[in-house]
Amino acid sequence: MTPDLECTDLTKRFGDTTAVENVTFSVPPGSFFSILGPSGCGKTTIMRMIAGFLEPSHGDIRIKGRSVLNVPPNKRPVNMVFQHLALFPMMNIADNIGYGLRRAGLSRADIDRKVQEALERISLPGIGARRVEELSGGQKQRVAIARCMVLEPDVLLLDEPLGALDLKLRERMKVELKSLQAAFDTTFVYITHDQSEALVMSDAIAVMNEGRFEQIGTGRDLYYRPDTAFVAGFVGDTNRWGGRIERLDGDSMALRTDTGMILRGATHGRAFAVGDRADVFVRPEAIRISYAEDDLSQFDNRLSGRVTSILFDGAASRVIVSGADGPGEIEVNLPQSGEFAALTKGAEVHIGWASDQGNCFAAGAR
Amino acid sequence: MRSEARLGLALLLTPLLLWLSLLIFLPHVDIFLVSLRERIGVGKYQISFANYLTFFNEPLYLWTFFRTAVMSMLATVITLLIAFPVSYYIAKMVKGRVQSGLFLLCLVPFWVSELVRTFGWMILLRETGIFSKLLQAIGLSDGPVEMLYNDGAIMLGLVYTSMLFMVVPLVTTLESLPDEVIEAGYDLGGNGVSVLREIIIPHAMPGIVSGCIVVFMLSLGNYLTPTMLGGKESLWFTELIYSQFIVRFNWELGAAFGFMLLILSSAIVWGMLKLTGQSLEKTMG
Amino acid sequence: MIPSIPQPRFLTAAYTAYVVLFFIFLALPLVVVAVFAFNDSQFPSLPWEGFTWNWFFGSERPMIGVFHERSILRAIGTSGFVALFVSVLSVCVGLSNAFLFNRYRFRGQGVLYVLMLLPLVIPGIVLGISILVFSSRIANGLWDGFGMDVEALRPGLLLVVLGQFSFITTISTLVIGARLKKFDRTLEEAALNLGAGHLTAIRTITLPYLAPAMIGAFVVAFLMSFENFNTTLMLVGSDAPLTIAMFDRLKEGSTPLLNAVSLLLMVGSSCLALIMIAFQRKA
Repeated sequence: MTPDLECTDLTKRFGDTTAVENVTFSVPPGSFFSILGPSGCGKTTIMRMIAGFLEPSHGDIRIKGRSVLNVPPNKRPVNMVFQHLALFPMMNIADNIGYGLRRAGLSRADIDRKVQEALERISLPGIGARRVEELSGGQKQRVAIARCMVLEPDVLLLDEPLGALDLKLRERMKVELKSLQAAFDTTFVYITHDQSEALVMSDAIAVMNEGRFEQIGTGRDLYYRPDTAFVAGFVGDTNRWGGRIERLDGDSMALRTDTGMILRGATHGRAFAVGDRADVFVRPEAIRISYAEDDLSQFDNRLSGRVTSILFDGAASRVIVSGADGPGEIEVNLPQSGEFAALTKGAEVHIGWASDQGNCFAAGAR
Repeated sequence: MRSEARLGLALLLTPLLLWLSLLIFLPHVDIFLVSLRERIGVGKYQISFANYLTFFNEPLYLWTFFRTAVMSMLATVITLLIAFPVSYYIAKMVKGRVQSGLFLLCLVPFWVSELVRTFGWMILLRETGIFSKLLQAIGLSDGPVEMLYNDGAIMLGLVYTSMLFMVVPLVTTLESLPDEVIEAGYDLGGNGVSVLREIIIPHAMPGIVSGCIVVFMLSLGNYLTPTMLGGKESLWFTELIYSQFIVRFNWELGAAFGFMLLILSSAIVWGMLKLTGQSLEKTMG
Repeated sequence: MIPSIPQPRFLTAAYTAYVVLFFIFLALPLVVVAVFAFNDSQFPSLPWEGFTWNWFFGSERPMIGVFHERSILRAIGTSGFVALFVSVLSVCVGLSNAFLFNRYRFRGQGVLYVLMLLPLVIPGIVLGISILVFSSRIANGLWDGFGMDVEALRPGLLLVVLGQFSFITTISTLVIGARLKKFDRTLEEAALNLGAGHLTAIRTITLPYLAPAMIGAFVVAFLMSFENFNTTLMLVGSDAPLTIAMFDRLKEGSTPLLNAVSLLLMVGSSCLALIMIAFQRKA
């Protein structure tokens, strides 16, 4: 099956700076694809090239197998939900949604019918006559999507559309966007700097940094098997220690940190030599905490220390443990099963984790 | 606290009320009263519509009145047509330093007296002027060409003088239109014409209306440009008011003329606001 | 059409050419006026007779320069005097109005705001004659009733000041009001919280914040007053401000002397404008 969207060697230079460098990816039909990266990494540039507002310096963009490089933005079979939505304030809701249909030269009756259908689809029937500023943030969001979807684009681009919403609404819109995508059965390309948005909604995510794609994969892949140190650090929270490799044994390795601790980790197939500098990444939730050292006997990394602070955040509560002679401060997830409810600052605890939870990357790699 | 607030309100209200009543409201009531006065003897007056009858019965007055109105409207439309693309260019096509530079350049003529601007056009257009000499020099004309003292010259002067008052509100409103919205228009299949008609112009409407109102007012009330650039035949209504007041010392008729001009301008401004669904506070304030 | 929308090249070129033409159109009369201030001839026109400073510094007939022409110098002085009065007055009243409309809510405020805007849509010449008629009525009333002859109410500088003030105040109110609208009231509350009284808070926090707008309003008022023609024409007495004096001369015929005065005006107003921009930048 031809992918809905295919970019090959896409490059964009502005003067001396390269905003996007040799980016290649393809998005299969009907899937939700996200580009995740910090601000300024070039993700908006990719989006604008796909929409036709920027011309690539090099490379090709194909939609349903056909190159669109010479197609002006108003003729491309892609539509875009803009960062600030760009609803037309001078028109009411129905006219906003009908705008593209009018451009396509549909009859008045057809436009009215399609607009009504679209409004029902986004569960906002009967708001056609309202003005844009009368709508709530979430409603505007849905109208902006409906305005594109009535045109039945091959690909819908979404440029951080949830950024302006408050936290609660953003959580709800994540679920809603995902179900809208399923309902319309259209390929969505979504860009964001918010990992949770990308992880929750996407079928596949590309992590982008300084103009390049670091890794493309499912949320699970990125989270548990990051390819690069940048991905390990950017997706999810993590503890990170630098040191020198002491021992290598197949996939497992041991690293002496700069503070003198020995940590065991996994190379996951990456090539190292004894004596290389490397960083080990361990997620807070991969670390078990216990009052008794014996509970942790199954782990090959074990430490003792004191709780230096408790970061209560409901289900995401953590403690920071400072090792007695260990590698500085360690963030550890606090199980909410009740046994640590009485944990106080200064308490002595033991922590441990399995060596294959420790992802190891060559130092200096970001 | 309450009485303090009241005192503050009273203190701030006083200058405003003095200004509006003594310099705006009462003087206008007064010219209306004077315009209703008919002189029936030395120092003797009676209330009548005689001055207005004179106005309506004298073809020259009426003709000048309508001519002034129509030409002012024409000047407004021409100014809008010339200024819109330029304002759009400044607001949307260029950014940063070039943008503020071009905008400042537009303001420059405003910093200079209207008299100087008019004088400049006189030097350019008159029989012994630059254009005439240039035309002769390149052989397009055998003798001196008089381009001054006609309606075309008046129109040119009015458009030139008013340009700034159209460009500034247009640039301001156009600048407030996010690029994103224009891009969305194209992204959804629009082309240059439809984006202009459905997105840019509706968005710029408050600016267009306020520009048009100011330019129309300035043209209608202009005295200098028609006097200096217009010919003997091209009378402007303000010239009639001036001559009644200063030359003939017939204040009663002059006041009636003034009041007619006020009614005309108010009616057209009001009509323009109603037609476009704008309000004076929104377009001017 | 914006730069991110691809357009045919000739269209972009034609558009740019149009804008260039527009700016030539804008500059042309001013450039011509400036250039012919230096023509060594009795007429501000071609042919070019050579460069001279005489129209500025000349002291002998027939080329008496601006700096030796008493009447012009006097007129400049008069204009400056009037403009100074008008701008001080209108900035003060404008400041008061801005506070009134921003800080208070009272019945009839909306109507008053529209009334405040009205001077912008009254033709200048009508403003002029109405003030002329009204002040004459008062003067006549005082003469008839009390035998007082109040010369100030007859055409002259006081009326010119009042006439210009009557519409320039609207502009200064709008300029200052626009900045006051952007003022964050919590700054004032913070000052109160830190122990300042109401008036002290306004003096130490709000007024410094408004300073650029007040300077801007002052400069705009000064320039508008200096170059005002229509209203002034109806109210002027024996002391003619510069625009009126130049108008009278221009009716008699133009000499490069007028170009020289105009050039000085241009330089003067550009300097004022630059000062204002500098202040606005700092804000």
